[in-house]
Amino acid sequence: MAEIVSLAEAVERAIHDRDAVAMEGFTHLIPFAAGHEVIRQRRRDLTLIRMTPDLIYDQLIGAGCARKLIFSWGGNPGVGSLHRFRDAVEHAWPVTLEIEEHSHAGMANRYVAGASGLPFAVLRGYNGTGLESLNGDHGSVPTIKPITCPFTGETLTAVAAIRPDVAVIHAQRADRSGNVQFWGIAGVQKEAVLAAQRSVVTVEEIVDRLDPRPGAVVLPSWTVSYVAHVPGGAHPSYALGYSVRDNDYYVAWDAIGRDRDAFARWLNEHVYAVPAGQS
Amino acid sequence: MNGLNPSAVTDAVTDVTYTADEMMTVAAARALRDGMTCFVGIGLPSAAANLARATHAPGLVLIYESGTIGAKPAELPLSIGDGILAETADAVVSVPEIFNYWLQPGRIDVGFLGAAQIDKFGNINTTVIGGDYENPRVRLPGAGGAPEIAASCREVIVVVRQSTRSFVERVDFVTSVGYGSGPGDRERLGLTGAGPKKIITDLGVLEPDPVTLEFTLTGLFPGVSAAAAKERTGWDLAVAPDPEIIAGPNPAELDALRNLQSFVPQAHPRSPTNDR
Repeated sequence: MAEIVSLAEAVERAIHDRDAVAMEGFTHLIPFAAGHEVIRQRRRDLTLIRMTPDLIYDQLIGAGCARKLIFSWGGNPGVGSLHRFRDAVEHAWPVTLEIEEHSHAGMANRYVAGASGLPFAVLRGYNGTGLESLNGDHGSVPTIKPITCPFTGETLTAVAAIRPDVAVIHAQRADRSGNVQFWGIAGVQKEAVLAAQRSVVTVEEIVDRLDPRPGAVVLPSWTVSYVAHVPGGAHPSYALGYSVRDNDYYVAWDAIGRDRDAFARWLNEHVYAVPAGQS
Repeated sequence: MNGLNPSAVTDAVTDVTYTADEMMTVAAARALRDGMTCFVGIGLPSAAANLARATHAPGLVLIYESGTIGAKPAELPLSIGDGILAETADAVVSVPEIFNYWLQPGRIDVGFLGAAQIDKFGNINTTVIGGDYENPRVRLPGAGGAPEIAASCREVIVVVRQSTRSFVERVDFVTSVGYGSGPGDRERLGLTGAGPKKIITDLGVLEPDPVTLEFTLTGLFPGVSAAAAKERTGWDLAVAPDPEIIAGPNPAELDALRNLQSFVPQAHPRSPTNDR
């Protein structure tokens, strides 16, 4: 059963140094407040897993929380680069960042395999791409391999399951028993939570009863470790029905992320100096 | 990335003034037919696909990798997951579902992609430029949905500004496969879609030679010469015997495009250092 706790307590109990952490939310419902709390609690050497690192991992990488990034698209959507991510890859700043890179289809299927309790998933993908050929180089564990269909003999692609230590997501609502409900663009959050050993869910609202919603995903309380009430916890992404995406913030992030000093000032003023759930 | 190419052109016949980027977006929109299903990348492809839906192709089905199928935004989304896409979609599905059930089986007519670098066989690089993979000169965002869009859509259209930096003999990294090293490669790799059929740039249109599959200049925008296009290409660009002169944007196309773009945040936005 999920425990309903404060954000600070959820992060303290669920996320430890050296953990593999998947903070998911595909443009929508990105758990920014939880990410900021991880920075605030100064976690180190994390393996960060996320299809679209987005600003949330730009911030965690710039703050020095990550040792490795597993991802499929690392840009500022519609704006340009993630400059903290680029600085880490191009100049090893603030620390060296190992990367393991996939396509979206590959990452999505890796989560499906993790959620399904399988060691790998099968797809048509990667054929002829550089991603396929660099895989397993430089002493890393290979996560993309060809596989022959036992029925037709066709060659397909196998991708290794993702099994994070912790999944972190933001949802619209939970009830007082910790059952979680979210709707709109649902991304891979369900798969990430079911693939992970532990999970933290921040929510806009805690309600007495979850009304049925068309197309909503429900994660029963017994699949979730911690629920924290953090209204606005997805900002500058959004929670459909509660907030709209703050596109201006994404545009303005470019100048802050581009400059190490501006980023350091932002971290001090907007993460370290404010309490959990308020950034 | 969405910065407009500011060089304005005035059409000698219609006296309509437009930018090279507007011409590119209009030409890309015209390549989409009504009723098609289109897997849309963000940026220039999204602007063009939405323009097509706002003008000659109201029944165009826009599919974004965020899982929004049949999105009908009245304003351009900044990202592939803006709320307006979900609110106006016929269906919203999960990310594993959009790739596995919708893209992979070849249900989608056209994939509409951008590129940082593209080569004469239409292979796309959005991963790294210069140096080597471990120590790149420029780290780009990476693959996203593009490798499987390029592999599995029935055909692909690429929208990209033309320069010797972006149009290269051979891409530094193959993120998404066009025709590989030439004829027979797509079949050998088991890629089910037909591959890139058009590259639409801010100068004109390139199409693959039917025999060699090398991209060849087949169309030019008003006032652009084949020599100028060759000068802004990093390989020895072949030119079709009689390249089509593509009509400039008409006032209705320009109005619709400018109306869509008027919503996209560009200048002096609220700073993230302000309280939200």
